[in-house]
Formats: sequence, C-alpha cells, structure tokens
Amino acid sequence: MNDPSTPVRPTAWVGQSIERREDVALLTGTGRYADDLGTRPGTLHAAFLRSPHAHARIKSIDVSRALAHEGVRCVLAGADVRSWARPFVVGVKQPMEHWCIAVDKARYVGEPVAVLVAQDRYIAEDAIDLIHVEYEPIDAIVDSETAIAPDAPVLHEAVGSNVVSNRQFVYGEPDAALDAAPHRVKIKIRYPRNSCTPIETYVVVAEHGSEGDYDVLSNFMGPFSLQAVMALALQVPAAKLRLRTPRDGGGSFGVKQGVFPYIVALCLAARKAQAPVKWVEDRLEHLVASTSSTGRISELEAAVDSNGRISALAYDQLDDCGAYLRAPEPATLYRMHGCLTGAYDIPNLKVRNRVVLTNKTPAGLVRGFGGPQVYFALERLVQRIAVELQLDPLEVYKRNFIGAGDFPFRTAAGALIDSGDYHATLQLAGQRGDLAELVEKRDAARAEGRLYGIGYAAIVEPSISNMGYITTVMTKEARAKAGPKNGAITSATVSIDLLGAVTVSVASVPHGQGHITALSQVAADVFGLNPIDIIVDVELDTRKDAWSVAEGNYSSRFAGAVAGTVHLAACRLRDKLARIAAAQLRCDHADIVFADHKVFARTAPAEALSFPRLASGPHWAPGVLPDGVSPGLQETAIWTPEQLVPPDENDRINTSGTYGFAFDICALEIERDSGKVRIDRYVTAHDAGTLLNPALADGQIRGGFAQALGAALMEEFAYRPDGSFASGTFADYLVPTAVEIPEPVIAHMQTPSPFTPLGAKGIGEGNSMSTPVCIANAIADALGPAVDPQAIELPMTPSRIIELIAPAEQRPQHIAPPPQGDGKHFATSGSVNIAAPVEEIFRVLHDPEQLASLIPGCRKLHVASDNRYIADIALSVGLVNVSFHADISVVDEEPMRRMRLFGKGSGALGAAEGDGRITLTELPDGTRLDYEYKVSLSGKIVAVGARMIESATGVVLKQLFSRLGRVAGHKASGAARWQGLLRLIGLGKPGSQERR
Amino acid sequence: MKPAAFDYIRADSAEEVVQLLAEYGDDARILAGGQSLIAALNMRLAQPRVLIDISCVADLSRIRVGNKNLTVGAAVTQAVAEKVVQDSNNIPLLAQAFPHLGHFQTRNRGTVCGSIAHADPSAELPLCLVTLGGAVNLRSWRRRRRVAASEFFRGVLTTARETNELVESVEFPMPKKQARYGFVEVSMRHGDFALVALAGAVSDQGVRLGVGGVADRPWVETLPTTSGDDLDAALEDLAWKLDARSDQHASARYRRHLVRNLGRKLITELSS
Amino acid sequence: MKRLRHTRHTVAIRLNGIDRTGECEPRTLLSDFLRYELGATGVHVGCEHGVCGACTVTVDGLAQRSCLTLAVVADGREVRTAEGLAPEPGVLSELQAAFRRHHALQCGFCTPGILMSCADFLARVARPSEPDVRQMLSGHLCRCTGYSNIVSAILEVASGNEDSPDA
Repeated sequence: MNDPSTPVRPTAWVGQSIERREDVALLTGTGRYADDLGTRPGTLHAAFLRSPHAHARIKSIDVSRALAHEGVRCVLAGADVRSWARPFVVGVKQPMEHWCIAVDKARYVGEPVAVLVAQDRYIAEDAIDLIHVEYEPIDAIVDSETAIAPDAPVLHEAVGSNVVSNRQFVYGEPDAALDAAPHRVKIKIRYPRNSCTPIETYVVVAEHGSEGDYDVLSNFMGPFSLQAVMALALQVPAAKLRLRTPRDGGGSFGVKQGVFPYIVALCLAARKAQAPVKWVEDRLEHLVASTSSTGRISELEAAVDSNGRISALAYDQLDDCGAYLRAPEPATLYRMHGCLTGAYDIPNLKVRNRVVLTNKTPAGLVRGFGGPQVYFALERLVQRIAVELQLDPLEVYKRNFIGAGDFPFRTAAGALIDSGDYHATLQLAGQRGDLAELVEKRDAARAEGRLYGIGYAAIVEPSISNMGYITTVMTKEARAKAGPKNGAITSATVSIDLLGAVTVSVASVPHGQGHITALSQVAADVFGLNPIDIIVDVELDTRKDAWSVAEGNYSSRFAGAVAGTVHLAACRLRDKLARIAAAQLRCDHADIVFADHKVFARTAPAEALSFPRLASGPHWAPGVLPDGVSPGLQETAIWTPEQLVPPDENDRINTSGTYGFAFDICALEIERDSGKVRIDRYVTAHDAGTLLNPALADGQIRGGFAQALGAALMEEFAYRPDGSFASGTFADYLVPTAVEIPEPVIAHMQTPSPFTPLGAKGIGEGNSMSTPVCIANAIADALGPAVDPQAIELPMTPSRIIELIAPAEQRPQHIAPPPQGDGKHFATSGSVNIAAPVEEIFRVLHDPEQLASLIPGCRKLHVASDNRYIADIALSVGLVNVSFHADISVVDEEPMRRMRLFGKGSGALGAAEGDGRITLTELPDGTRLDYEYKVSLSGKIVAVGARMIESATGVVLKQLFSRLGRVAGHKASGAARWQGLLRLIGLGKPGSQERR
Repeated sequence: MKPAAFDYIRADSAEEVVQLLAEYGDDARILAGGQSLIAALNMRLAQPRVLIDISCVADLSRIRVGNKNLTVGAAVTQAVAEKVVQDSNNIPLLAQAFPHLGHFQTRNRGTVCGSIAHADPSAELPLCLVTLGGAVNLRSWRRRRRVAASEFFRGVLTTARETNELVESVEFPMPKKQARYGFVEVSMRHGDFALVALAGAVSDQGVRLGVGGVADRPWVETLPTTSGDDLDAALEDLAWKLDARSDQHASARYRRHLVRNLGRKLITELSS
Repeated sequence: MKRLRHTRHTVAIRLNGIDRTGECEPRTLLSDFLRYELGATGVHVGCEHGVCGACTVTVDGLAQRSCLTLAVVADGREVRTAEGLAPEPGVLSELQAAFRRHHALQCGFCTPGILMSCADFLARVARPSEPDVRQMLSGHLCRCTGYSNIVSAILEVASGNEDSPDA
C-alpha cells in the first residue's frame, strides 16, 4: 500500500460524483476572478486603438489630441515597442515579425495599433478616438486558397509568400496502396473559424518593477511554454516576468492563451506610464481580435477494398492561421499528427501540411485544438465510404477499428495509443442510445417524405501533449540543430501544516473544471481523509510555485497528468509519514494504514494515531525523526510520461501521452420549410480511462457537446471578402442557448491508461472533435446522396440547408434585378427625378457651398484642390450617429451627362469608401438622375452592424440625392417653393451647416 | 465599451419631454427602457449630448385596452404590455408575438414605443403594428399628430418622427370579429431578431400578410386570396419585391424561400 | 425634472437590503457602479450589450441587464445581486443548493446572473415546464455546462415552489 508506484484502487473518494468545493463561493457571488481582485492605488486603465482595415500600411500616428485630453497618462505605439521589445519567436524559420502591437502595418481588422493609458476606462475610451492614424489600405486576402496564388498580395513581404510552412510526410507505402485499391474515396472539406468565447474576457494587470522586472496578474491559461515567449519578447530573463493567476477563471477552453500578446503590450504600457496598468477586454474586442480556431481546407483520399477496409489515407491540409503565426501555431496541424489515422488500423499514410497566412485574427488554442479539423475530414470520409460502397457505416467502423487486443497500438505516424476497446464502445453507444429504435424512426420518417438522418463519429481523443510534437514541423536536420524537445512535465506539491492539515498546490490554472474538488478527492484517498479536509491551492505564481514548460490548462492534461502527479506527491509524503508512524507504532512501515483520519498498523487497528497529531509532529520535533527520514513535510513530485520522446528520423511522433475514445450517434430531422435542424437524439459514449469524478466528467461532455453543436449549426467568425469582420457582437456570433441545446445520452467505458498514475485520460475535448462531424454526417444522411458532399459545410445553418434542397427559383420578369456588388464592395442604386435642368445640377455639384448642403450631416467642408474636398461629417441614421473625416472628389466623365462622386472617410467607428457614378438624363420637365454606388465599409461599424449596414448606406445615399433634387430644383423653381423647401429640409440658407 | 459622456435629465411629465426635445433636437436621445439605446451608447454608435429619461413619467406609463385599440404609452415596458395582452386574452397577434421578443430580462426594461421608434426592420412589434394597421401618436412642443404605421416606417432605423418629436403612444387595433391572426418567426436562436417574421390576419375582408426581417422596414401586403395558384403567384411576387439582402446568417434566397413557404403555410392555417 | 451634468454625482440604492451610496457619472453603467463603486463583484460583465446575461440583477424585483442600465436610473431603487441571495452567511438558498447538487455550474461566471433571473422568474411562474425554464434561460449564455443541469436544478426547486403567488 505504501508503494507509490502501485496506484491504489479502488478507493473511497476517487470515482465519486461528490459536490464541488468551488461552488459555494461561485454561487454566492464571492468568486475571485481576475477582475475582482482589486488593484494598487494609482493603477491606470488601458484601451486599445485597433485597425479598421484588414490590411494597411501605417503611415503616421498623431497622438497629440489624445495626450491633451484630461486624465490621459500616455500612449504606447509602434515606436516604443520597437525600442523596448522584440517580435515574438515563431515556430517556423521565416522572416516574419509579430510584435505585440502593429508597428508598420496592420494585417487584420482589430489588430492593436496603440495602447492608451488613462485614469479610468471611460476616459481611455474617450481619448482613444482622438488618436489620428493615417493608413494606406492594401488589398486584403481572406480566402486561404486565394492566398496561395502566386499573384496574391503578401502579408509579410520578407517571407515573399503567404505560405509560411510546407511539409510532406510519408509513412508506409501509401502510393502503392492507393494504386492497388479497388476503390478510392475522396472528400474535400472546409472547417470554419470559430471559438469557444468564454463569458469572462481577458483581464491583465501589469506592473513594471524597479529592477526592470514585470509583474502580471491575468487570466492567462498558462505559464506553459509561452511564459518564455513573453519573456523573450520583453527582453528579460524568464524569472523577471512574474505571472500570477487567480483562483477562479471564467472559462478558457484554450482561448485564454490568446491573452499573451496583450500581456506583453500592457507590460510595456505600464513601463511607459510608470504605474500599474489594468485592462479588461470588452466583448467586441474579444470577438474581433482575440483568437480563433484555425480554418482548414482538407482534401482527403482513402484506399479502400470492397469490404470497406481502408489501407491508406492521403491528406492535403491547408491551414489558415490568420495574419501571424502566433505561438504555439502551427500546432493545430501537429497536435493531431500522430493520430491522423483516427481510431483505425491503417498502415499507410501520406500528408501534406501547408500553413497559409491571411488577413484575419491570428489562430490559437480553441477546445479540441486540431481535432475538429482532422475529424471533420476523416469522419466525413468514413460516411462517404459507406455511401459509395453501399455499406452500413457501422460495418465500416468495425472493419477498420484498432482491435481491443492490439493496445498499446503504434499508429502509422507514431502515436502510441495506450488503451481502449473501440468495438465495445460502439456497442455501448448503440445500446444506450437505442440505435435500433432510431433506425426504425428514420425508416418511418422517410416513408412519409421527411428528412431524417443518422450520423456517426468515432474519434481518438489525445490528451497530455508532447511538448516535442510541434518540432515535427521542422525537418530532421533542423530538429537536430535546434536540439530535442519532448515530454509533458508536470509538477505538484503536497504539504502538511503546523496543525497537521494537508495542502495540495498545483499550476493547473483551472477555469471551471473543478480541479479543487478532484484533487481533494485524490489526496483524501491517499491520506485516509475527507476531501473537505484538503486545502487545494490553484492560484499560480511563477515566482513561487513548482512549475515547468508544460504547465497550464490545455490539452486535457488535468486528469492524467496533474491529478496523477498530485497522487505521486501525496504518496511520497504519506510514505514519509508511514515511516514516522511505524517508529511510534513499532511495526513495519509497509503495514501502516491511513484511514478515517487515523493512522494505525494493519495488525493493530485499535492502537491508532490521529492523523493531525501524527502529521504535525515533525514540524515541532524534527530532531527525533526516525533514521533515514529527512525533516520537512512537503513533497514536490515532477512527472513526465516516458513514452513522450521527440520525433524520430522518419518523422514519427507520439503526439500525446494518452488517448481516449468517443463514439457518437446523432439522429436528427430537418424541417423542409425552414431548413432548421432538430436533434432527435444525441448519444455520446466515452472511454477516458479511470474517471476521477463522473459528474465532473459528464460536465465536460455536456459543455463540449454544447459548444460543438454551436460550431456545427450556428457559430462562425464571418469575414466579408474585403477582410472586414461581421461577427462583433453576441447578436451576430451565435452562441447556442438553453433552447437550442438538447440533453445528450452519455455512456462511459473505463479502460484505464497504463501510462498515467491514476489510469485517467482527458475527456474535455472529445465532443469538440466528434460532435460537429457527427451532426454533419447526420445532415448528409438526412439530405440523401443527391446532395454534393462537399456542400456540407459548417456551420450548417438553415439558410445553407435550404440552398441545397430548395427548388431553383426564377425572378419574375417585372422585378428588376438587384444591383450586384463585386464581392469586395456592395452595390446600391437608385434614381430621382429633379425639377431642374441638367446644367443646374452640374453647377450645384461643382459648387463647394452647395455640395456641403447636399451631403447628409456635413458640418464643415473645405476645398483641397479642384473638385476635391475635405469634410467633417456627422451622419445620423435612427439612434446611431457616426462622425468621420471624408475626402470627396467629383470627376466629370462626360460633361453634362456622367460623373463620378467618390468619397472615402474614416472615424472612430471605422473606414468607408464609396465610388459612385451619376448619370443625368434630360426629361421634358427636368432631369432624371440615376446613381450606382459601390461601397466598402470596414471596422467597428461592420463588426457590430453588419445586419443593417447596407440598408443604412442606402438610406444615406438616398438622402444625398433627394437633397440634390431639392437644392437644384429649388434654384430652378424660384421663390414660390422657397418656404416649403426650407421647412421640409430645415435649411437656413443654401450651404449652411445642417444636421439631419 | 463604455458610453461617451452625456448630461442626464429625468423628466417628470410628457410636457417636459417635448420641451426638452425642442431645446436639444438631435443632440438628445430619449431613454425609455434603453435596451437598444444603451447597447448603442456602449458601442459608441450613438454619442448624444443629452439623455432624456422618460421611464418615470406617469402620464406616459399608461396602457389601455379600449374597444378599438390597445393604446400603449411611451414608458410602458414590454413586460407590462405582455401581461395586459395575456390577461385580456383577446389580442391574439401580440400574444403570439411577445414571446419572440428578446428575452424576459430585456422585456422587463424595454418599452413597446421604444421598439417602434427604433424601427429595426427585423423587430416584432413594428411588424405587428403595420400588420394590424395601427398608428403612432407623435408629439412635439407645438403639435400632436397621428401617423399610420404604414407611413411611419421609412427605412432601416428611419421613421417619420422628427427629431423634436416624441413617440407618445402607439395604437394597436383590437382584433376584428371573425378575423384570425397568426405569427411565425424563424430566427437562429430563441429571442434573436428574426431572419424572417410573418404576421398574418385573415378575415372576410381579405388577407393581410406582414413580413419582417426582409425589406428595409416591416412590410404589409394585402393578398388576393387564401389558397391556390393566385396565392402562390402573389407570394412569389412579394418574395421578390421586398429586395431581400444576404448577410452572414442567411441568404436572400433563403429569406424569399421563407416568405413563400411559411407565408403559404400561415395563411392556409389561418383560413382553414 | 432632475438634471445631472456629465460630471460625478451621488447615487443611493438599497443593495441587498442595505442602503448604499456611491459616486458616478450619468454615463456610468449600473454594472460598473455595483462592481467598482460598491464592491458587488458577484455582478459579472460578459458582453456589455445585453445578450450574455452575466450581469443580470434585479431592480425593484425585476431581472434586468445591469450593463444596459445606467446607475443614475437605478438611483433610489432596490437592487439585488447574487451576494444577497443566501438567507444567512454559510447557508445557501434553496436554489443555490440545488445548483450545487446538480453540478449546474462550472466556471461560475454566468451563474450569478442566472440566479437573479431565476429569482424573478420563480416568483412569477409557480410551476414552470421545462420549455418555460429553457426559454427563461435563453437570456443567458453559458459556455461550460450545456445548460441541462441548470434546467434540472431550477425544475427541482420549482416543483417544491408551493408559496408562489400563482400557485
């Protein structure tokens, strides 16, 4: 019992769904989240100025008006960052510079351009609008396939291409297998950009110390390897960047990784301000610019025999990492590298991985990280194999699964899959979910012409990432030069205080998973105590805690690595106590039992010591410890799975320490009228090894399922073709609510991992991997084989579904076709009849005073050069008002007939450009004016108002030209209409400043 | 996301409100429930100099179920109106529409008149108002005027209200005898603005179909019949003439599809 | 008529049964006033545009978004937050206890807002159905739980909700 290498099972507390230790504080509003901790007196507040352009050179920044604003301390801009910091290191050798804020060029909408520090956040936001940045916009690249074209605009000129990594891998003999295969089944998929959008946004409080050190409180999910990345950027030794995180985190799901560039920016801002600086990200900032899953286009082909047995896979993966390769990218590609063959025994594999940069927010950790992308291709392919070979999909699964007797199983690309029984899990899912009934329902529904489908997904869920997997992106020569990287080092400290109570201390940075509860269960078992007796300290302080490069909240490493290491540390401390107790009880230490708060010899339970009494003793009397027992009651265990070695010469890599499994079944119906998807039943069967607390595990499944359902049906970061971002609010980035999320049927298998101390594996990411593709497969099944498989694209919105199934439509002849935009601009057009001759209209448009009176909201207009004007405009549409500077020019194309009225402007809400052609046609009693406009808008106004922006622009243009009609018509018709016009449009005299 | 600075005035009477509007015009915004306004202030989409809080004005807090109209004052919250509608058990279109209207937490503050004045083309209450043929009572310092709903909505967020006018109350006509009313909405999530919302009124005098979320304003169309090819043709025309737009949530074609198909379904249900 | 210039003013509210005053500008959101001026950090801010529901409090008994309410508008009113739900220190309310029992929270960031909506909702709807509860919850975004345990907890409390006015 005292041998820590022999896990103690079954035990009293581990495996029970006890109530959470965390909950009382959280339910009574007394949680301690990052924004709740208070700050030093004199702490200032930051706001970020962000680029409204997807791609633009920064010509100049003028901060003088902002600095003059009362309450403003300083502005940090590119020049400061250049002198105090360095660009972040990146995972591939390319001459790319990613600074904590943009220094010469902005490469995505929302990229920080300056940090303003002021007395409070309200003032900071007042002043941020006073900074004037001159941008020179460049064509933006949004689509990753366009970005790889040779003539595409390049984001990072020094690289010379938008493809920043291109690697090919061959395992076994895939080409021979593909050539020999009786069937080749192929699929092309696109995985969208989305995120888990925790409800708590990023929070950072940074301070610059007197020794050039930085002290940061934040809700970052690490320290992780990124602590070093930040220290290098700040040009300080790692120890001079102290990171602290609070007890409670408001959800991470990987997403809180994306705070790290902000930590560096705010450290520099604090240095400039010479005061602590606090920043709480707002939701708009979070949606537009925090992070995103990696978008992917995959082509995947399988060599298949007539029974559905797969002998080879060929992947071509193109990852859209956004504007910068931000660490740890391109890890989305490589985290899954070892298990690209999924749950299947497939000996031959080839892979091409390309990473492309586009004008979007940099990609980063998002729950499932790499898994949703891989399995969306692989599991859609399995569905296609069943369809094309006319097989029951379950047969395809059974014929390809790794056999229950084959574990640990080495995959083609090098993963060592530790344990499982995939056939039995499939069976369990079918039974628990009553698959037979679902099939009957489908048959009945189809007989009535309804769209009912069943989908499946089988996924291997990796956890405890190998820190060396990312080096697979390098060639073996480059790896040899760089030195080996591997392992998943984990630390835990267990100590006993002066009165004999046990404290567990970890660097796991929980964000709601219940680490305190689970660790108190683990430690209680070891010491024979109750979980409530165990103090668990999850606050992180990189100055004081035992931690190393792999530490943090990611890759589902808690159950396997952190809880396992706590178990090891606790066992070591207990072993020490057993030796002390053995001396007192005069027995062998191997016979000492810890149970019910007591310590006794197995042979003499009546002669028991109380745990606190025994455990506190060594503090008070270290001089009388038995021989060979060192003083002190604190043990730190440091563990790394020995199976995690660096990639070998053939690029084989065991990407994770342990691998769970999930098999899902989804039955759903699609409403023909609306295209809405109704989930009839969702079944998810998991094998995550030993479950520490089944209720916590189920919580992870339900939460992962809900996020994945969002990804499948509604969530997407939408970019318009010009790179503007259209999902800036929670009204447009659609997180599912309680009405949209059904209750899944959950089943568990427990095949303990032989590689983790407690036999546990991760469980939090499985549904992020399985559910999107399982739902997609069910939709494909419901829509039937006639629908193009490639058109099953996430999120599968009702609109996308109707586009696939609705009959073709034809516009009636009497309805005029709507104006067509060119993708990057939208078009709007109209016409007005004006009671004035063509000449008069021409004259008005060339008269600055008159022009000023035409432009809605024009407050000031001055002539810059011939027919070119600079104007201050304050537009109102409903309750919205928008102020901006505009540069307007009038170009005659054909005198008295055609002209262009061109304008571009920018302001706090974004940038706009309108290029319009006006055509004048003489009528018997005046002139008809036709206008056709191409308009592009970017920045905040699109992010928050995409739904109405085009109509609103139409309203403004209509106002402009009807005013033209009135002004020119008034000139022509003389005094009779003078009074009426005045009343109608509120003009004092022509050319006066008006607002309406 | 914090509002720019403004002065705040809490008015005690409608008289005060219109005097203040005369004084400040477009520099002022009316704060009733604030469920759209404060979000816009937080995003700095609006930066008024003055907010005029009307939520405590007693003479604007009245709601009255009359023989002809349900008249709702400017300060009446959607939650209060919803309760009145439920209790009266005789205002079927609004009774069906209210649950789609945001969430109960926003209905607790949001006002009926605020939603009308805001004129979001996807909002439910403006759609009900035009479908029922209601009216908006506007009041300025100089005059009062009553504008038919069909005249009131002019475009996206744009109405017939002048900047010195207050939407003092709105009138929803009470149901006609023998008429049947129905409301359907398709949105991405419960409580979201409609991708398409349809409000139908079918009686001996004809079929009125209101469409929200498609055109730049709530639209009402009188249809020639309740069934058959003529209905299909009329719906087809209607689907096209609303000039549907595509956005990231739904294509124009999808919106036309819903107008045709759900429109037919709604009318068929109401006339059976 | 009460006119307040855009400078700082005193606002007095009754917060969880205690009279409190603080200073703020007219533009100060009630959420910021409660958190930073009065220290009610149980009020969480998740979106500041009224969608996520994390900042929900009750004002004069009605659940509403404190991010869409100005502090000056709440002046003189009764505000309740999650800090005021427990009947006494160390004892959870029935609903709080049900949340704990059902594992109805994970990170807990959305939880106080949900509890405040429930406080209003359960006082008006005596025996809500599951769809009623889900519709009420649709005014809140939770990213951790998938909602079903929240629904179970509320339904359990509602089933014992005998004293409700509508019962």
